[in-house]
Amino acid sequence: MAEPAASSGAGHAMTRDEVARLAQLARIDLSDAELDHLAPQLAVIIESVAVVSSVAADEVPGTSHPLPVRNVFRRDVVRPSLAPEEVLAGAPEVEQSRFSVPRILGEEA
Amino acid sequence: MSDLTRMSAAALAAALRGGDVSSVEVTRAHLDRIQAVDPQVHAFLHVDGDGALEQAAAADERRAGGEDGALLGVPIAVKDILVTRGMPTTCGSKILHGWVPPYDASVVTSLRAAGMPLLGKTNMDEFAMGSSTEHSAYGPTRNPWDLHRIPGGSGGGSSAAVTAFEAPLAIGTDTGGSIRQPGAVTGTVGVKPTYGGVSRYGLVALASSLDQAGPVARTVLDAALLHDVIAGHDLMDSTSIDVQWPSMAAAAQVSDVDGLRVGVVKELGGEGYQRGVRDRFDEAVRLLVGAGADVVEVSCPHFEYALAAYYLILPSEASSNLAKFDAMRYGLRVLPDDVAAPSAEQVMAATREAGLGDEVKRRIILGTFALSSGYYDAYYGQAQKVRTLISQDFAAAFEQVDVLMSPTAPTTAFKIGEKLDDPLAMYLNDIATIPANLAGVPGLSLPSGLADEDGLPTGVQILAPALEDARLYRVAAALEAMLHERWGGPLLDRAPELDAAA
Repeated sequence: MAEPAASSGAGHAMTRDEVARLAQLARIDLSDAELDHLAPQLAVIIESVAVVSSVAADEVPGTSHPLPVRNVFRRDVVRPSLAPEEVLAGAPEVEQSRFSVPRILGEEA
Repeated sequence: MSDLTRMSAAALAAALRGGDVSSVEVTRAHLDRIQAVDPQVHAFLHVDGDGALEQAAAADERRAGGEDGALLGVPIAVKDILVTRGMPTTCGSKILHGWVPPYDASVVTSLRAAGMPLLGKTNMDEFAMGSSTEHSAYGPTRNPWDLHRIPGGSGGGSSAAVTAFEAPLAIGTDTGGSIRQPGAVTGTVGVKPTYGGVSRYGLVALASSLDQAGPVARTVLDAALLHDVIAGHDLMDSTSIDVQWPSMAAAAQVSDVDGLRVGVVKELGGEGYQRGVRDRFDEAVRLLVGAGADVVEVSCPHFEYALAAYYLILPSEASSNLAKFDAMRYGLRVLPDDVAAPSAEQVMAATREAGLGDEVKRRIILGTFALSSGYYDAYYGQAQKVRTLISQDFAAAFEQVDVLMSPTAPTTAFKIGEKLDDPLAMYLNDIATIPANLAGVPGLSLPSGLADEDGLPTGVQILAPALEDARLYRVAAALEAMLHERWGGPLLDRAPELDAAA
């Protein structure tokens, strides 16, 4: 397939190393082949969306949500909830009514 | 009853009400149809025959007991992004393969309460990322008009299911056009309600500030009947709007456009839109003029930047929402090959490599970039400002007109594989539908005919101000009636017969 080369004229050129760094932040292992495949595609997309930086002036407020968001409360009363076995039914691994997970600290810790 | 699967939901409801047919018969007819044609169409990821027939029998009992809900006993298909208790929910992803949720989405709760048997779960682009349903980890859905073409996306399973008469109704979700664009390319009706109109509780979030579930149907009235079932305030969704909605079904039966002010959006048409799509759109506008509508051109200058803003806002929200797929509490867990005692982080990274598809990886990385230190202001922050400008364009337009109109999608259905590895070309399919999601306004896509050059369905989009969903149904019903008169029947009468090879 033909993949367009990243343009150096855009605000930010997405390099293969940059994609590898972002994938690490996003906790996704990527093979060399995947990096080769995704990096030029992401470069084209980022070049294309960079147009937003030239549209809105500083004084324009940002919108995070289409409608005004307000805090919603409910009454602090006990109500039925899922049984532990239902909550655990989809877990990859269970031990003594708990989620069993790999170690969370580094080996040197 | 000649063929129950060809009947509209409204006609089925009338037949059920009149005692001419039972819900078990109606449901069985649709299950038979699914068995006959779904091997070719692949609209469903999961079919729950036994469950649907049980629910149908229960609906028949309720009716025998004197109950009369508008859609009591009418079966429905549900997009696989809404969680269903006791039925698998995969979101089209390998990472959720075989996951059976322990609870129902509020939309599903509403369907069950209305006595609508759930036929099964429909195929979709993985986590609703796509416009063709090709990004499903379980293989693409095919467009019943031409099995070599896409049925739209992300809700291509739902649109194909109603097009192929496998279900009279379906639920879709629309983040940037995933209900409306599939409707346009399959010749069916799809509605994105006002943001907050339908609960998002149990809708596996793609982009929380954009997602909205809505009806997929073959007629405007059917969509309206379903809209009435699923709309309403829900304490389980903090963004759910607490208003008393008027009856959409009643609005669909008013069907009057005399004196209606219609704005044709200048920026959503012309260059980049296929000839046949434009021709059918112009015809639809002329029909409205003939019926007494007052049509003017309206400019929404910032719509030009909607696609760019959307592809920053959506990936940003998605990268955060999808962080929950961490291999710890549900779904897939893959251990890295080369590590003796892997950490949770290493397991998460290995699992996400194995369990997520290309498009999902692209968007998560894009979102991670847009939110990362040093780029946040230039990308995500700016995109949010563009979002404000788009909302202001809508507000200005709706001061002049009652509804806005445009083609729903720039082209008819393209061939499977044609745009699969060209993300930007794929993104352009949603160019006309995205502005409504950014501003939260409701939108409806209605079949407008067949393009002369390829004989494939085209759609028109009608947009109304927030909370004015009923207005969409009033206008669409009027236009649908005029188009049916012109065509001598519904557009789907002209769809090729599927070879129901058993």
